[in-house]
Amino acid sequence: MEFMVKNWFMLTLVGQDGPGIVAKLTGVLHAANCNLGEASMTRLGGNFTIMLMVEFEGVAESLEKTIFPVCDSLNLRCHVDLIEGQLHRHVEPDVRISVHGADRAGIVAEATKVLAEAGLNILNLESDVGGTSNAPIYIMHIEGVASKGIEPLKEALAVLDREVDVVTDLSEIEILRG
Amino acid sequence: MAILEILVYPDPRLKQVSTPVEKFDDSLRNFIADLEETMRAGPGGVGIAAPQVGRFERIVIVDVSSKPKIPHHGHLVLINPVVIQHDGWEVGREGCLSVPNYTGNVGRWEQIRLSAQDQWGNACVFEMQGFEARAVQHEMDHLQGLLFLDRLVSRRGSLFKRKVYKPAVTNSNVEKD
Ligand SMILES: [Zn+2]
Repeated sequence: MEFMVKNWFMLTLVGQDGPGIVAKLTGVLHAANCNLGEASMTRLGGNFTIMLMVEFEGVAESLEKTIFPVCDSLNLRCHVDLIEGQLHRHVEPDVRISVHGADRAGIVAEATKVLAEAGLNILNLESDVGGTSNAPIYIMHIEGVASKGIEPLKEALAVLDREVDVVTDLSEIEILRG
Repeated sequence: MAILEILVYPDPRLKQVSTPVEKFDDSLRNFIADLEETMRAGPGGVGIAAPQVGRFERIVIVDVSSKPKIPHHGHLVLINPVVIQHDGWEVGREGCLSVPNYTGNVGRWEQIRLSAQDQWGNACVFEMQGFEARAVQHEMDHLQGLLFLDRLVSRRGSLFKRKVYKPAVTNSNVEKD
């Protein structure tokens, strides 16, 4: 008799978007007795992308065997990683920052560099390119933890506003518990 | 005094609609003292509603005075509260004693005018805004069997604007007619 250990895996899937992908994928996972955890699915540049925590009784190779057929049929590339993660480990952000401006090379690197130096631990980052192809604009929202307090972040953003020609906004996230 | 057991989602009792308080007696005030102690026992709790401890009456406690730099009315016991006027709309982050280990973004009225009774049955009217108004709306939802989970808006794309507090129309707690 074989006893299998339950492990958490991170599934990363990328491919062409189409209707019903999440339903088909999670249907196969459910049929294989997987337990689903936190997930983030989004359309990036017209591509379907998802990162999904999956608890599975077995090793990475057997999880891959389970899902590769459905990935093939949906034209998705799939990557499986064994992870240390657990559920119920949320870290709450205490600050939200938005940055927007004319899109150009290096904008993310410059912004995130000064914010990191000012103590920001990023928990969530979403960015988009809008505008037109002739005049693209870049919009970024970040939620994170201000590990050195709010003031250094405000100073860092003031420098960005001045020197990098972007518009920034910072709001503290005050979580209401009731 | 006693710390009461908090009902935790998905307990179906959290969906129950609470009934108005009619008797303002010592037993009510004893219960309020216990409810208060229960709220203060949890980390960072700024409000609690009676149905969260399984008493389905329209009683809430709110106290946001621990938060720095915001307008508030201190410690409030609100019985049979009703929002009589509201203005503005703002998205903010909420968690709940009845929903451990999850927070989400919820839209609330930014300013409210509220009528309620105190624990002796006296009528009161409050004008409140921002975080305190949010806390009251969160607790009043419990009286209707609603949780912040019922009002979540997506994290993606929900903009938070910098908050500027307007002066309250009046700070008086009790409205004289
Ligand atoms: Zn609550």
